[in-house]
Amino acid sequence: MRIDPDKCVACGNCTYVCPMGAIYIDPVIKRATVDRNECVECYACFNGLSQEHLNPTVVRTLRKLFQLVRLRFDPEPDVCPTAAFAPEDLEWPRVVRRAFSDPRVPHESTGVQGRGTEEVKTNDVSGRVQKGEVGFTIEFGRPGVGVWFHEIQKMAWALAKAGVAFEKKNPVTSLMSDVSTGTLREDILGEKILSAILEIKVPVERTEEVIRLVQEVEKQVDTVIALGVGTRCDQDGEENVVAPILERMGYKLERAKTNVGLGRITNPAEETKKEEPVGSTR
Amino acid sequence: MTNTLHRFGDAESFYDDYVVFAIPSRGKNDKGSVPKLKQFLEMALPFKPVNLGDAIHGGALRPSQNMHPTAHWKRDMTPDFRAVIDGVDTPTTVAAVFDDRVAAEDFVKTVRAADLGLCVNISTSIDGAEQCCHAAGIPRHSVGYSLGFQGKTERLPNSQVLMLTTMCGHGMISTSLAKKMIDWVKEGRRTPEQAVTYMARFCSCGVYNPSRAKRILEDARHKIK
Repeated sequence: MRIDPDKCVACGNCTYVCPMGAIYIDPVIKRATVDRNECVECYACFNGLSQEHLNPTVVRTLRKLFQLVRLRFDPEPDVCPTAAFAPEDLEWPRVVRRAFSDPRVPHESTGVQGRGTEEVKTNDVSGRVQKGEVGFTIEFGRPGVGVWFHEIQKMAWALAKAGVAFEKKNPVTSLMSDVSTGTLREDILGEKILSAILEIKVPVERTEEVIRLVQEVEKQVDTVIALGVGTRCDQDGEENVVAPILERMGYKLERAKTNVGLGRITNPAEETKKEEPVGSTR
Repeated sequence: MTNTLHRFGDAESFYDDYVVFAIPSRGKNDKGSVPKLKQFLEMALPFKPVNLGDAIHGGALRPSQNMHPTAHWKRDMTPDFRAVIDGVDTPTTVAAVFDDRVAAEDFVKTVRAADLGLCVNISTSIDGAEQCCHAAGIPRHSVGYSLGFQGKTERLPNSQVLMLTTMCGHGMISTSLAKKMIDWVKEGRRTPEQAVTYMARFCSCGVYNPSRAKRILEDARHKIK
């Protein structure tokens, strides 16, 4: 993302709305400027700000006049008065920033918007997590911190070394050059994104082991991690297997998403072949 | 969606936060799903949702691409549910957000009766979702627990800012904007209702809960947690 200096009037509204804090008023040119290193191409500024199309010269003149008499116009805070944002054509590898940061862009690997994962949201038709299994979503970077791929790499290596299976239909897995070792493509390691999710699945007996491993590796990872644990309920809708493990480990379970099991496979049979996780499957 | 899983707060704080969403699975039940997704949203209207949304076009409050300058004094803050329903044009996740448990329960009952074949999830406190399922006579199929935030949590803001920002799990509502809105409400520069609409317009899939956000802002006016 870039901001057109000919249009920008340095109102500063955009500096507050950038989730990464990557926009600032450059004191030399007196225009809003994007720190390209920190910008994750989430398009929150471009998509979220309402656009006016005022004449920049008129707005600048008015702002100077107001400043002279120490008056300040109190405009709406979610508006770019001159529609100054100018999206760029992104090339590889920078384009992965947008794929993992702008939730409106579906991931090519999964066709899903957001972080591109279905997890147990579609478990009633995908059968992704079966009874006796636990699916983990290990999410890096949110809220509001962001993450570099070289940080995610540390966790992926550790998980692969422990012999867990990475979910095949996952955008991060699709960027691995070697899924068996959890190695990500080298050319994306220097890219920063808003957030990404590693998805794995293990037998329920390994639940505590995986969480302990994540807790150990996260000490070396310079971002926040949001951990999600998905599992199947029994025929009565009860879940008395994984929750006790988590509570025993000290987690207070506050919130969950619950798949209520109303999904049915409705596509023609030839389109519904089962997807398997990839990587080693200890 | 993981987007709604990691909302910050304890279970009690979700008493006014029920996100019911429908998602077609690629290759399983996505063919011909657009009319069903529209029907899902349409069925939510009688139960007075506080937001509707789809993951591509956004929620019931959207930014304007051509805002009139007079809007600075007279801004339309009315959620446009019809635009959300009419805008669904491709298989995607759609969501209805409620601030009342009974409304969410009744909606889930209606969805069950409609038998759309879409995957349907409830995102709220664990007990809240169980109650919805119980009321609708549906045994839960799967559950995804949030274990909260770990790692470099010292980089996170205070709890009220976190409660506001994590209602857009895609991270589109910045920490700076949420802090600014709390300050503006405290200063009396904007009402909580106005401040909520500014934040909600950044949520790109319409799962932001304006009702809960208003309560958090009103709470923050008096004290910072």
